[in-house]
Amino acid sequence: MKFATHWRSFVMALSGAALLAACSNKTESKDSEAPAASAPVQLLNVSYDPTRELYEAINPKFAASWKAETGQDVKINMSHGGSGKQARAVIDGLDADVATLALGYDTDEIAQRSKALTPGWQARLPHNSAPYTSTIVFLVRKGNPKGIKDWGDLVKPGIAVITPNPKTSGGARWNFLAAWAYAKQGGGSDAAAQDFVKKLFANVPVLDSGARGSTTTFVERGIGDVLLAWENEAFLAQKELGEGKFEVVVPSISVLAEPQVAVLDGNATRHGTEKVAEAYLKYLYTPEAQEIIAQNYYRPIDPAVQAKHASEFPRINLVTIDGAFGGWQAAQKRFFADGGVFDAIYSRAKK
Amino acid sequence: MSARLPNHSLAVRRLLILGALVFIGFFLVLPLVAVFAEALSKGFATYGAALVEPDAISAIKLTLLVAAISVPLNVVFGLCAAWAIAKFDFRGKSVLVTLIDLPFSISPVVAGLVYVLLFGAQGWAGPWLIDHGVRIIFAVPSIVLATVLVTFPFVARELIPLMQEQGRNDEEAALALGASGFRTFLRVTLPNIRWGLLYGVLLCNARAMGEFGAVSVVSGHLRGLTNTMPLHVEILYNEYNFVAAFAVASLLALLALVTLVLKTSLEWKFGYSHRSAR
Repeated sequence: MKFATHWRSFVMALSGAALLAACSNKTESKDSEAPAASAPVQLLNVSYDPTRELYEAINPKFAASWKAETGQDVKINMSHGGSGKQARAVIDGLDADVATLALGYDTDEIAQRSKALTPGWQARLPHNSAPYTSTIVFLVRKGNPKGIKDWGDLVKPGIAVITPNPKTSGGARWNFLAAWAYAKQGGGSDAAAQDFVKKLFANVPVLDSGARGSTTTFVERGIGDVLLAWENEAFLAQKELGEGKFEVVVPSISVLAEPQVAVLDGNATRHGTEKVAEAYLKYLYTPEAQEIIAQNYYRPIDPAVQAKHASEFPRINLVTIDGAFGGWQAAQKRFFADGGVFDAIYSRAKK
Repeated sequence: MSARLPNHSLAVRRLLILGALVFIGFFLVLPLVAVFAEALSKGFATYGAALVEPDAISAIKLTLLVAAISVPLNVVFGLCAAWAIAKFDFRGKSVLVTLIDLPFSISPVVAGLVYVLLFGAQGWAGPWLIDHGVRIIFAVPSIVLATVLVTFPFVARELIPLMQEQGRNDEEAALALGASGFRTFLRVTLPNIRWGLLYGVLLCNARAMGEFGAVSVVSGHLRGLTNTMPLHVEILYNEYNFVAAFAVASLLALLALVTLVLKTSLEWKFGYSHRSAR
């Protein structure tokens, strides 16, 4: 009978734990439902991988400016991941108020496939809804031991190239298109360009799902000779992860990446957060935010801030997605959709 | 082992023991040491700061909450299922046993995707739920659901063989002496399986706290809201915040070690007989 008493206390402890859990669950749900007008408001910003530091810097500044303007507290929650994966999550119901993804195509997918965003969103904010731009550069190891100067060097035998997977990562799609633009310059044929990217991807030992994963592979795990990276990610890796260990190499040609932002009006209307969400994205265009943007190695679009930081951003011949590829819908369909160019070259590159 | 092994086997035995020790050292001890070494590489102050930071606290709370819901649920289910399977005969029993094993054999990613398909905005029940303001996917409920699914078999799987081995004689005797069904369960069955149950609970708890795959699919990765400890470790790692990542990881490792110590000390204290181990 000794065990019976042990047992009783054990069962009691268990039910106590269950009760506790039920209670804390209740209080939590109470917290989340309370959307009074002057009560603090929460925004969810779904973004791509390398913007972690950028929005970490911008969010408190916006919260302060919103507080000064309206007296309301705003808390901005962040979700980061590969751009395509993030868009998929919003389509599946991730209840975000704003999307700040790596490329317009992913944002457009949300508009096409769900009620979270209404079409025509690109025209709702200045500069085609892109408050900052970036480009694709190379990050190599100190002293550039493999002598990598331009895209042509990436397809040489024995060069290990690190890039994320274009199927899931926005940055990787920009990488792919920049390589394609290099092969096509000076009137190269499509067949030659396809052969070039095929050789390039045959040199890729690891395809991570997002840009941040690739950076970690290159920087922390020490795999590969060259990382194809967002300019901001390359500068960040160079500055934050051991100065003097890496060098940025600027290729002769690259692509103008315009990460576009949008208020997910379908969700925001339901939350009653349209106003603050719109103000949040508009804030990105203010000189104050543009300065933070430049400090985080994104290219600002404000002319004054641009001029101030001109020396930090190398001049590169940049092709645009609309000019060279006929826009994202066309590029996505041709290169990255199932059965597209990437599938063709990647399955053959591995053989 | 009463029969003495031949003399020359001494060297062989030593070699085998050495091999086993080296193996354990490399695959169990070294990673554990590495986690704590990295976590403490910038001193105790940085280590502590990483654990009391608001996002870390909320991740720890969420992990404890998820475990506190899913473990009792699985205890109740596991007890019921094992009791039914071991003590009674009914049609479809083998189907039930197979179904209980299902979460062991499917990948956690599938376990997570199932809930996206069911409760996602494009899923079966998702649109209706969203229209009525019920959030399941990318919120705490889906994390609990995914964890319950993944940890489903732990308690039941511990108990079924144990209860089958013990047979029905004790219960039949109790019933014959006039005890009610519930009293029989409480006074006869439960004491017989206590160690198996405890072991199942500990395993179930360890998995519930450590689960990554299924939870990663349904969480949405919202810092401070739907981030469990394993997901928080990944986020910190991706932010190049290695010390903080390993600090939280060391906490998870510590939980595992505490679980083991708890189990061992209970066994020792109550003179746990090896027979009912399982």
